[in-house]
Amino acid sequence: MSADIYKKVRANPRFAELEGKRSRFAYLLTAIVMASYYGMMALVAFAPEVLRTPISEGGMLTIGVPIGAAIIIGSWLLTGWFVSRSNGEFDQMNNEIIREASK
Amino acid sequence: MINRKHLIGAALLALAGAGAFAADAVGAAQKQPLNLTAIGMFFIFVVATMGITYWAASRTKSTADFYTAGGGISGFQNGLAIAGDYMSAATLLGLSALTFSKGLDGFIYAIGFFVGWPVILFLMAERLRNLGKFTFADIASYRLDQGTIRTFAAFGSLTVVCFYLIVQMVGAGQLIKLLFGLDYATAVVVVGVLMVIYVTFGGMIATTWVQIIKACLMLFGGTVLLFLSMSQFGFSLEEVAKKAVEVHKDGIKIMGPGSLMADPVTAVSLSLGLVFGTAGLPHIMMRFFTVPNAKEARKSVFVASGCIGYFFMVVCALGLIAITIVGTNPEFYEGGVVGGKIIGGGNMPVMHLSKAVGGNLFLGFMSAVAFATILAVVSGLALAGASAIAHDIYARVICKGSATETQEMRVSKIATIGLGVVAVLLGILFEKQNIAFLVGLTFGIAASTNFPILILSMYWRGLTTRGALLGGLAGLISAVTFVVLSKAVWVVVLGNAQAIFPYEQPALFSMPLAFFFTWLFSVTDSSARAKIDKAGFDDQYVRSQTGIGAASASAH
Repeated sequence: MSADIYKKVRANPRFAELEGKRSRFAYLLTAIVMASYYGMMALVAFAPEVLRTPISEGGMLTIGVPIGAAIIIGSWLLTGWFVSRSNGEFDQMNNEIIREASK
Repeated sequence: MINRKHLIGAALLALAGAGAFAADAVGAAQKQPLNLTAIGMFFIFVVATMGITYWAASRTKSTADFYTAGGGISGFQNGLAIAGDYMSAATLLGLSALTFSKGLDGFIYAIGFFVGWPVILFLMAERLRNLGKFTFADIASYRLDQGTIRTFAAFGSLTVVCFYLIVQMVGAGQLIKLLFGLDYATAVVVVGVLMVIYVTFGGMIATTWVQIIKACLMLFGGTVLLFLSMSQFGFSLEEVAKKAVEVHKDGIKIMGPGSLMADPVTAVSLSLGLVFGTAGLPHIMMRFFTVPNAKEARKSVFVASGCIGYFFMVVCALGLIAITIVGTNPEFYEGGVVGGKIIGGGNMPVMHLSKAVGGNLFLGFMSAVAFATILAVVSGLALAGASAIAHDIYARVICKGSATETQEMRVSKIATIGLGVVAVLLGILFEKQNIAFLVGLTFGIAASTNFPILILSMYWRGLTTRGALLGGLAGLISAVTFVVLSKAVWVVVLGNAQAIFPYEQPALFSMPLAFFFTWLFSVTDSSARAKIDKAGFDDQYVRSQTGIGAASASAH
């Protein structure tokens, strides 16, 4: 692959647009996952009693369990969102940029 | 009749356990009576995977087939294979055992194991696929000096592969002694031989399918086990928790964070090591090159993280259930003393649970799955190691790209056999050692040596050859030093009274050091090479974003 096509892609303003959109999206999702995980770790370290709150009156299950499950399931759903947006919207833009550059 | 058999079995187990207990070294498992059901089931697995290897051998013609299955694995298949790589015997046995003894702490630990996956997807999966061909060193040395950085990255890979192989081999030996009742050395040799056969003949195609089959068996086994045991609690998690709190010695405390997480610095350091170490494991990164394009690479992480997340939740639930079912049953304790030493050691609760709710047949199945797991993981490791030797060091650095396909293939097969021999020898050598520190070390090195070079080469224009090399070395040296000075080595292995480094995990300290020195030696680098390094970034960036020029799937 010649360096020429890379130059053409860089010159295309839509590449910058795609790159910006995609990176912002990726950083946002990373921040959400990291914030929820390290948020929970902060609770563990500094306010463990919060995680010991029972879900229901007199019940034994604490809210630590659903919070943990929510982090796993929630971040998995985010991966689903990321994949569907990347494989749809972003890839389409990407393909158009490649087509324009290979002309 | 059945009852009597159980009793005799239990008595035998107890005897075998108690006898060896006295002479026992730390962490070593006792040999149990021969378990023919388990061996039979494992034999079926071996026959099936040999069939696949035979089929895969006919399709492994080029180096691309060998290293990456020609890029012909679909996203879904690859997702299962990644999940297989990650759902190791250690997670099945270790995580459930942790929940069994510590309750919610085990679950919190499991989440730390999980959250790396979404992050790998968001920040790396696509770029890995677009830049890489066969190995992690392909990406690390994309625009940097080939000789230096490729050699360094290849040695980084090999170090991680070798440490991880020791962990797996020792685990295999101990596990087989327990579950199959075979000799430690026999088990290690069986694992070594099968691994070499899968990899040399079937390459990545066979390795991937072994991993996929194993992942499915493990998901299936875990689900059935969960279903069978939940049926004893009317499928109510609240009921499980209630019973567990009643019988556990720590009572209600197990439902909240406890002693395991008492030291947040170690906990955070551990999770950093896990999250970013995972992204620096060569056998995991290699999986991203087996799919045809970035689209499939992304899908594979979605599938993998779904399976891994599900499996971790199942395993933790099993640990909680085992508190009641295994924890109150004298059959599973040495000498029948409830609350004493668990037969086979602390990692066995989930295996005992399989027996308690599914009988001997199901125990045999789960034992076979656990062994198959180790086999699949070591095969992936051997392939990653072989590609570092044959592709990076031999073909690229020594022959400077002039080696023919046939020569490179021959070297990769010799390398696989060599790694097999080394793995067996190290496995036997380390039999009596406490190897817990090796896991921390493996992830620590991956997170502080491989990961910084990888992520900076993809994201930071300013990275130069000198910065990558010296920063990587700083990460490597500091990770090793911190582990040696920590309790696991300084006190447990070397016998000193007090650990010099107070935490058990190095990543929180060694990763920043690696990043700092990489930055420092890059920004102060004004050599001619540095100009070339930086000039290469623009083209690399476009390729990583668009996939133009990325290695494509081979014809079949």
